[in-house]
Amino acid sequence: MRSSLTILGVLIGVSSVIILTAVGNGSAAAVRQQIEKLGTNSITVMGMGGGGGGGFSRTRSSTAKGLTIADTTALNNKDNAPHIKQAAPILNATMTCTYGNISATPGSAKGTWPSYFEAANSPVDKGGYWTNDDVAQKRGVAVIGTTLAKNLFDTDSPIDKVIRCAGQNVTVVGVMKSKGTTGFQDSDDVIIMPITFVQRAIAGYGNISQIQVESIDAKSTQLAMDEVTAIMNSQHKIKSTATADYRVLNQSTILQSSTDSSKTLTVLLAAIAAISLLVGGIGITNIMLVSVTERTREIGILKAIGAPKAAILTQFLIEAMMLSLLGGISGVLLGLGISHFSILGVVPVVSLSSVLTAFIVSALVGLVFGGWPANRAASLRPIEALRYE
Amino acid sequence: MTTSVVKVNDLSKTYGAGDTAVYALKKISLEIQQGDFVAIMGASGSGKSTLMNILGCLDAPTAGNYWIRNLDVADLDEEQLAVVRSQLIGFVFQSFNLIPRTSALRNVELPMAYQGVSRADRRRRAAEALAAVGLADRMEHQPHELSGGQQQRVAIARALVTEPAMVLADEPTGALDTASTREILELLHELNRKGTTVVVITHEEEVARAARRVIRLRDGEIIEDRTWAA
Repeated sequence: MRSSLTILGVLIGVSSVIILTAVGNGSAAAVRQQIEKLGTNSITVMGMGGGGGGGFSRTRSSTAKGLTIADTTALNNKDNAPHIKQAAPILNATMTCTYGNISATPGSAKGTWPSYFEAANSPVDKGGYWTNDDVAQKRGVAVIGTTLAKNLFDTDSPIDKVIRCAGQNVTVVGVMKSKGTTGFQDSDDVIIMPITFVQRAIAGYGNISQIQVESIDAKSTQLAMDEVTAIMNSQHKIKSTATADYRVLNQSTILQSSTDSSKTLTVLLAAIAAISLLVGGIGITNIMLVSVTERTREIGILKAIGAPKAAILTQFLIEAMMLSLLGGISGVLLGLGISHFSILGVVPVVSLSSVLTAFIVSALVGLVFGGWPANRAASLRPIEALRYE
Repeated sequence: MTTSVVKVNDLSKTYGAGDTAVYALKKISLEIQQGDFVAIMGASGSGKSTLMNILGCLDAPTAGNYWIRNLDVADLDEEQLAVVRSQLIGFVFQSFNLIPRTSALRNVELPMAYQGVSRADRRRRAAEALAAVGLADRMEHQPHELSGGQQQRVAIARALVTEPAMVLADEPTGALDTASTREILELLHELNRKGTTVVVITHEEEVARAARRVIRLRDGEIIEDRTWAA
């Protein structure tokens, strides 16, 4: 009975290591998939100090020069940037949109150029795009994402319907193909309008939030990034990278930072699980100490009839390791079982290395945490052990 | 020419120091030969248990020498003492001290397991030892299934199985009734007749009478050492 309780400690420790590591891996994989949807040709130029990372805020870099339409135009200069296919400005805004008596606040509202849709790998699959002419004319037209469409129109077609956004009439001309969520942001809860309209009617003519750049092909992305840097430095009169007032990101850099943060998350989760394994190990020490105390007399007898220290040590170590291995095996089975289910919205990805590690660690736990009591047993003086009642 | 099994010279054992010192043994000297049947007697506090622990290599003297089969135990470390205990000394305790939940056969095998004797040999020798004490038909029984007398016989078999220099018995009949006591004393007598050296620690006259030599202790000193013909 008390063996079962001891085993339970190790079981919980091992299974949580496996489950939590799997959850960490699963969420890392999910994020990676989302980022890969961006496309390898995409480059994003952002201002310093909280640019358009989630699409929530406007850039307002107080000390440095912000990004401008002029910067965008410079990036589109084919002579200076042969590896850039196109660059589109993005101005983030916040607004609420209403259709009749239904209102919705999209997670992201952007003003941009038509070239954005290709540069950001966000094609429209219902209706059409607004045009350069719409930009020139500062018209109130929009392309919305599937989530916003559903929120405002339910199953009706949004095409050619007029909605009111931030006090302005806006005609919906198209709905984008669904891109899914990254877990933090719904990419389909979005409204995209001509930047000139957003500037005229809503946000004003200050700095823009980001510039979405597309390289001519995947191979040229690094060259394109270099050209972006050169042009931005010249536009902003920047002499060295230390004083740069903008950032250039592309899929691989974003992927890198998300991988880093996923790793951090996974390590954190594993550490927490390891702590519970530690507690399980302490449980083993506890029960082994009790066992040694109860069998003090027996140990005395064994020593009196000639058991060497090593024999006693081995006997108790093996008992401790049996306990912990049993806990480890059951923990692995439980961990694998629970990892079949989705946890907190994440599909766990079990890694073989975490299973092996958990297994080896549970054996070591028995060895290490059983070692001290086993040593105490082996070091008992026979004469004192024999006198023990 | 008989071999010396136990030789003790000016052996002393003191516990504590200064005013609270207890002089359990005060310069004891004695010798026991192969084939002897000795009873070490004394009241409680006489030092007989202390002497037994030292003879059994369970405890070390504070001063003096102890040779077992001419081997000075002072030179030995704990590992070596464990070997001595398993090969040269056969312990018999007052409370039998068999390993519970283990068969008689396995109990008797145990000292040989620590010596690295092979499984087959262990089994054979243990069976022989149990037969020698008259328990051939109880080999698979566990201690709780045996009477006091039977358990003590198993303990004696265990003591014998390694062919030790001596059987060292601490109040072997202390926990037994009259009939079993007689049984055990007869068994020890029988073993001694066949050549085993037997050393018994006791405070009972009846047990001492079964031996051929009595060494009496009082307050840590030998006050009598008398031998008589069997």
